[in-house]
Amino acid sequence: MTEVTETQLPGVGVRHEFMTAAGERLAVLSHRTGRREIAVYDRADPDACSTVLHLNSDDNRTLAELLGGSPVSEAVTGVQRLEGVAIDWIRSRPGSEQTGATIGEGRLRTRTGSSVVALVRGDDTLPAPGPDVVLESGDVVVAVGTPDGLRQLRDLLDA
Amino acid sequence: MIPLIAAVGDDAALAFIEIGAVALVLSVLARVAGRLGITAIPLYLLAGLAVGKGGVAPLDVSAEFIQLAGEIGVLLLLLTLGLEYSPDELRHGLRTGAVPGVVDALANFTPGVIVGLVLGWEPAAAVLLGGVCWVSSSGVVSKVLADLDRLGNRETPAVLNLLVIEDLAMAIYLPVIGAVIAGSGAGDTVETVAIALAAVAVILTGAVKWGDRLSRALSPASDEALLLAVFGLTLLVGGLAQKVQVSAAIGAFLVGLALSGSVQSRAAAVVGPLRDLFAATFFLFFSFSVDPSDLVGVLVPAAALGLLGVVGKLASGWVAARPLAAGAPGRLRAGTVLIARGEFSIVIAALGATTADGAELGALAAAYVLITAVAGPLATKYADRIAEVAARPSRDVPGRRFR
Repeated sequence: MTEVTETQLPGVGVRHEFMTAAGERLAVLSHRTGRREIAVYDRADPDACSTVLHLNSDDNRTLAELLGGSPVSEAVTGVQRLEGVAIDWIRSRPGSEQTGATIGEGRLRTRTGSSVVALVRGDDTLPAPGPDVVLESGDVVVAVGTPDGLRQLRDLLDA
Repeated sequence: MIPLIAAVGDDAALAFIEIGAVALVLSVLARVAGRLGITAIPLYLLAGLAVGKGGVAPLDVSAEFIQLAGEIGVLLLLLTLGLEYSPDELRHGLRTGAVPGVVDALANFTPGVIVGLVLGWEPAAAVLLGGVCWVSSSGVVSKVLADLDRLGNRETPAVLNLLVIEDLAMAIYLPVIGAVIAGSGAGDTVETVAIALAAVAVILTGAVKWGDRLSRALSPASDEALLLAVFGLTLLVGGLAQKVQVSAAIGAFLVGLALSGSVQSRAAAVVGPLRDLFAATFFLFFSFSVDPSDLVGVLVPAAALGLLGVVGKLASGWVAARPLAAGAPGRLRAGTVLIARGEFSIVIAALGATTADGAELGALAAAYVLITAVAGPLATKYADRIAEVAARPSRDVPGRRFR
């Protein structure tokens, strides 16, 4: 895969950029509000953008579909179609109070109502981890719950 | 009794008419500002001059209401300035932005202090003027960046990080200067500054330690309950801060810094409209108390400060964008977009309203914000053309001279 650079934009959101095979630099700007911008950089002044597209969430979906969504995200949309149930991938950050504790000690389900259904650690996947599995920093937690509960879980693991 | 009630009713009717008319005028000004692509703050200030003392249509009945609403406006303004960045962004900003932050302070804070001293002001007022000149308006900058489609540009993270640093610097500067003003006599001042710093330390430690818990406690609330909770907390902490000689505005700012996570963005969304209403009143009230004849007297120093302010921010942007390997046009764009000053400058000047040089400081700050908030967005719009013209004489120099 192409190397993608991530840049935080304080107060705005996050920007991902990469160089296309044809040598054009492209950036996707994700606003906190969910809006996206697609920017194509100027060849003459590589710091500035020559074209910027402004997309709302509907446009995002349409574009993603046209470009061909990955099988994983298609599977996720399948799950998300269940009324009120959502699934999320959350990377546990180094230094979060949950790393080093077991899933049971963290009382993740009691506190957020979300269940951890799998852990992705490096190249390994631990399906259905028990309560005695220790969370390590950098683990990706796959969890199922209500959108609100998942948000709380994200606050716990990713803050 | 009946005549009395009728009189009160008449007063209220008059106040409603005045406030309603003022709000409508502000709404028109906000639209005009939107058209011009500048912030509405300078226009609000001009409107305040028109209805203030010595203006064309002085208000009398509703002046008291506007004063209180304006004071609430400062608190909400600083609350949302504190809410703007997450603790993560603050930490990241500190790591990457220390050097540009110091350059920014030296290039913009110092000239203000020196001009204040040259004008023969007390040291405290001169330090306030330094603050007025220092901080870019994050509201203007982020709006201009979005309007000109510059969020994707390479120099933009440097600009945004500098805004974060300035926000953090204000968390120290505001309480200290607030305490310096409150204290009289050297020993007293040392004591109030110590109290202020202790209060800030307590609130910041509390925010870091229990900010999560506070945010979690607030997060299940409905929008209505959240609005009331945040509003109440802001006024309560602000009032307590005022009690211990730290300005209420600073308390509100720290409440904003303390809220984090998902509740942060929700709080910003629910408080936003309320902030817009009260903050407009604050800017109005601020220039309300500025005498237009004072404004004429400060035109020369304001023009000088405006020039220094432009140069200072060009230097800040130039240095800040350097590590991102931006070229000369990008570095010039970063500098010009930072020129606009706004909300913080007016808040700082308002803190000093009671000092001996307060009237002059207020007039100077109003003129300064008028100049920079209009010049900044214009300058940055044409930054690329300026860079082209500036680069022309050096065309004979081989290679990319500015890299």
